Amino acid sequence: MSGSLIGKSVLRKEDHRFVSGKGRYTDDIQLVGLTYAAFVRSPYARADIKSFDVSDALAAPGVIAVLTGEEVAKDGLGGLPCGWMIHSKDGSEMRQPHHPVLAADRVNYLGEPVALVIADTQLEAKNAAELVMVDFEPLTAVVNPATASQAETLYEAVPNNLCYEWELGDEAATEAGLAAAAHVTTLKLTNNRLIPNAIEPRAALAEYNSGTDEIILHTTSQNPHLVRLIMTAFVQIAPEHKLRVIAPDVGGGFGSKIFIYSEETALAWAAKKLGLTIKWTADRSESFLTDAHGRDHVSEAQLALSADGEFLALKVKTVANMGAYLSTFASAVPTYLYGTLLAGQYRTPAIYVEVDSVFTNTAPVDAYRGAGRPEATYLVERIVEKAAAEMGLDPAELRRRNFIGRDQFPYQTPVALEYDTGDYEASLHKALKMADYNTFSARQAEAEARGKLRGIGLSCYIEACGLAPSQVAGALGAGVGLWESGEVRVNPTGSVTVLTGSHSHGQGHETTFAQLVADRLGLPIEDVEVVHGDTGKLDFGLGTYGSRSLAVGGSALSVAADKVVEKGRKIAAHLLRTDVDNIDFDAPVFKMIDSNESKTFQEIAFAAYVNHDYPSEELEPGLAEKAFYDPLNFTYPAGTHICEVEIDPDTGVVEIIQFVAVDDFGTIINPMIVEGQVHGGLAQGIGQALLEQAVYDDTGQLITGSYMDYCMPRADNFPDFKVGMTCTPCTHNPVGAKGCGEAGAIGSPPAVMNAITQALGGIEIDMPATSEKVWRAVQTMPALKTA
Amino acid sequence: MYQFNFHKADNLSTAVELFNAFDEPMYIAGGHTLIPTMKQRLSAPSDVIDLAKIPDLDAITLAGDTLQIGAMATHAKVAASSLVQGHCSALATLAEGIGDRQVRHRGTIGGSLANNDPAADYPAAVLGLGAQIVTDRRTITADTFFKAMFETTLEPDEIIQTIHFPQVDQAVYLKFPNPASRYAMVGVMLTRTAGEARIAITGAAASVFRAAAFEEALTADFSLPAIDAVTLPAETLNADMHASAEYRAHLCKVLIKRGVNALSS
Ligand SMILES: Cc1cc2nc3c(=O)[nH]c(=O)nc-3n(C[C@H](O)[C@H](O)[C@H](O)COP(=O)(O)OP(=O)(O)OC[C@H]3O[C@@H](n4cnc5c(N)ncnc54)[C@H](O)[C@@H]3O)c2cc1C
Repeated sequence: MSGSLIGKSVLRKEDHRFVSGKGRYTDDIQLVGLTYAAFVRSPYARADIKSFDVSDALAAPGVIAVLTGEEVAKDGLGGLPCGWMIHSKDGSEMRQPHHPVLAADRVNYLGEPVALVIADTQLEAKNAAELVMVDFEPLTAVVNPATASQAETLYEAVPNNLCYEWELGDEAATEAGLAAAAHVTTLKLTNNRLIPNAIEPRAALAEYNSGTDEIILHTTSQNPHLVRLIMTAFVQIAPEHKLRVIAPDVGGGFGSKIFIYSEETALAWAAKKLGLTIKWTADRSESFLTDAHGRDHVSEAQLALSADGEFLALKVKTVANMGAYLSTFASAVPTYLYGTLLAGQYRTPAIYVEVDSVFTNTAPVDAYRGAGRPEATYLVERIVEKAAAEMGLDPAELRRRNFIGRDQFPYQTPVALEYDTGDYEASLHKALKMADYNTFSARQAEAEARGKLRGIGLSCYIEACGLAPSQVAGALGAGVGLWESGEVRVNPTGSVTVLTGSHSHGQGHETTFAQLVADRLGLPIEDVEVVHGDTGKLDFGLGTYGSRSLAVGGSALSVAADKVVEKGRKIAAHLLRTDVDNIDFDAPVFKMIDSNESKTFQEIAFAAYVNHDYPSEELEPGLAEKAFYDPLNFTYPAGTHICEVEIDPDTGVVEIIQFVAVDDFGTIINPMIVEGQVHGGLAQGIGQALLEQAVYDDTGQLITGSYMDYCMPRADNFPDFKVGMTCTPCTHNPVGAKGCGEAGAIGSPPAVMNAITQALGGIEIDMPATSEKVWRAVQTMPALKTA
Repeated sequence: MYQFNFHKADNLSTAVELFNAFDEPMYIAGGHTLIPTMKQRLSAPSDVIDLAKIPDLDAITLAGDTLQIGAMATHAKVAASSLVQGHCSALATLAEGIGDRQVRHRGTIGGSLANNDPAADYPAAVLGLGAQIVTDRRTITADTFFKAMFETTLEPDEIIQTIHFPQVDQAVYLKFPNPASRYAMVGVMLTRTAGEARIAITGAAASVFRAAAFEEALTADFSLPAIDAVTLPAETLNADMHASAEYRAHLCKVLIKRGVNALSS
């Protein structure tokens, strides 16, 4: 039976729960004696706090307590740390301003929490929060990342507002490549700032049991163990074993729920301090203001080419906006998740990248679906396409000439990574066919006859997933190893409980992981239950981000399942009075090789727990196995995305005519789930290209603070996606999987923008390609002047 | 949302009486403007008076040449009404293009007009079609109804009862939605009656307005060349992160031209 479930579009086990309203999200949890919290937030992007006056708030109906930044300071709580140390070119450590749980004397971004009101009802808490008098003295805000290093210094310990000045690659070789080039293509671009917009806002419910001195924090987290580690070891609200963190059903994260935020931390602290059970659920406005934002780069690049289009060198200079404080993984995003990906799918021999990360008076910026890799891909794929146009080469052909060939793996890039496997030509070829690339010019002519501008754009992306080989990550500054834990716990009746440190918040792990383990053990998928998201139930785990769940968490389960089989063979050998070498596992049956005697999986499971005649020195009872899987390398999903657009020159409106995504995710367990992940990623990537942008005004007020102005993509913004797959299995993990969660968001933006640039006859605009920007570009086109 | 008292009125006069009995009263129709602002604590009525139970306030009828739409008629009801479609299909199209399905099944024409959001669709219909607003106490012509951004000539306690749409020969509504909110970034209602062109533009300025220069040119000669040289001055138009005043002015003209094409074919 083994092998019968891999590659099947099994319906998602969790969907019945979700579509029938039986999901249990943090805000759904009702407990006896529940109280409610509301936060008091800064109305300024930057201000000194002169004083707090909480007397009116305390006197308001239903109010139990008001805690301000002053209490946080008095209790000596640590700041919220950043988990990845980056070193500047000169070897110095990155600069990390103190990130208080609640600000006491200075606020640094709009919406920063300064106090917390706890009351009997949510309404009373919100009403009283308005009565907390905070005497703010507004200061000039620094908002624009491009000029932040020349602006007023925000933190004494951070000269020029520079977090670090980082570099990677060989500068001399890159300069030599540029000097030797027959052609140099230059490009300036911004990677627009985004707001994550998970469907479920952040929420927390903290309960404290004075009898056991335990805090239980239910919260919207992608990685509950990390929440516990940081809140206890760094912020020090309690000893680690006295804090249990439960991430129940979580409605999307896209990275924004990886991080350890003020609000959840303050709630856990307050619950213990006051002996209360307290709930807080962000409203949508709070999400816009305080969920870590994404992207926000300004870059310049030069690509050196030989006369026949061979890439000789790539030089990149990027300014990355960190926002007001360093969020949990912020420092790594524009460095090791960005600079390392600048080789793309190409053999470019010399690459040099410099990244200056700056602080501004804006919400913290951190990993958002793709995290660094979309920024790298956007830059590489835009400049490659531009080079093709400048040199009069077909963009597909230029890429082909520079691809790392399928026979050149493993391939060491000049920016630290070693790609294990891939076949870039195969995905390009398939995508070109699916997009009818060869007949594009006929479609373009037909559109022109209707007065419309057509363009087609390519993007051959690569990403590094499966964070991460701990040794590599550690060498690069990661504060923790990035392995994953998993346990396959066989119950006496032969059903299986799978425990994983990965966390599902929409990805369908309850199905995919069950499929993987059921397949390995030869069980019906219904017999396998996946448990995740509770530090009280699971071994330490690292959680879900960076498309790592199947490649790392799934691999841990695969190893654990193998261990279960090994143990099962021993039990079978004992029961059948033979040697373990004489037992074969033909899922789900343990067979004696030299006879026709056998034991079913269920018989072995039962025997594991009920027998009383084990040779206890050699064989322990029980059938439950764990694995902590540390990957040997990153995985490298890659593929080609092609976008075809049509522009209405009268209005500048861009319509996506077709979008083709051909991805190589290695081995696929559940094609339906993978396709869903691709669709979601494409929606976010195309959303970034056409619609989404976070905008602050010059004083640091957020203009896009609601859906009235922040443009979320909707289904009618897209055509039916054409999704295809190629497959080169990952060579170093037991599942062969590479990861699929972010590819859509990584590959698609340059495809869209390349198509638009082509339609505009080479005129470049920045994302998002709003109709006004496009219309203005059309006005400068020589041939097609319109009304 | 702050706490408030909720009242249901059975008829117009009780509604007005209730209104005048309280400190900070507000009528509520579909609630799709009022409730979001209350949730954001931008609006804090002490008492909310529901108009939904007043009989027949959502009726759609035809009286001779005049289409009469009750203030409580939802956008969905207007869009689906065969009377509306027969009398003026552009009005049904406009209603069908408001918000999303949920909004269309709650939001009402009366609420939309009383609110006079600068980006709302109905003001363009009322002004472009030369409708009359009948309230519990008088009749107001479209040209004098809309005063300024979120302001009308309604008295604080006055209730819109019905909107009377006269018969026009031709009408078309063209909307360029704001990509985020999907309200009108620019919306143009272009009508013709006995050769006279009438154009109302929403979304582009602080309040709905008539494009007089275009009207004149098109009344004289209903053709594209007639408006070739006509432009809309950008100075008085809205500018925001989605569209500059110049771009809005341009879009207005594009939509007017499309309207002329649509009515000429
Ligand atoms: C997501 C969303 C999208 C939307 N998109 C659009 C769009 O694309 N185009 C568009 O035009 N609108 C849009 N709207 C607004 C929607 O059409 C509103 O419902 C409408 O503008 C107000 O109507 P209502 O019945 O909901 O009024 P309410 O919210 O109940 O009331 C609005 C105001 O009008 C007053 N009022 C209500 N009825 C009367 C009356 N009969 N007499 C006197 N005063 C009255 C109320 O006191 C209140 O001040 C959208 C709304 C939402 C929530």
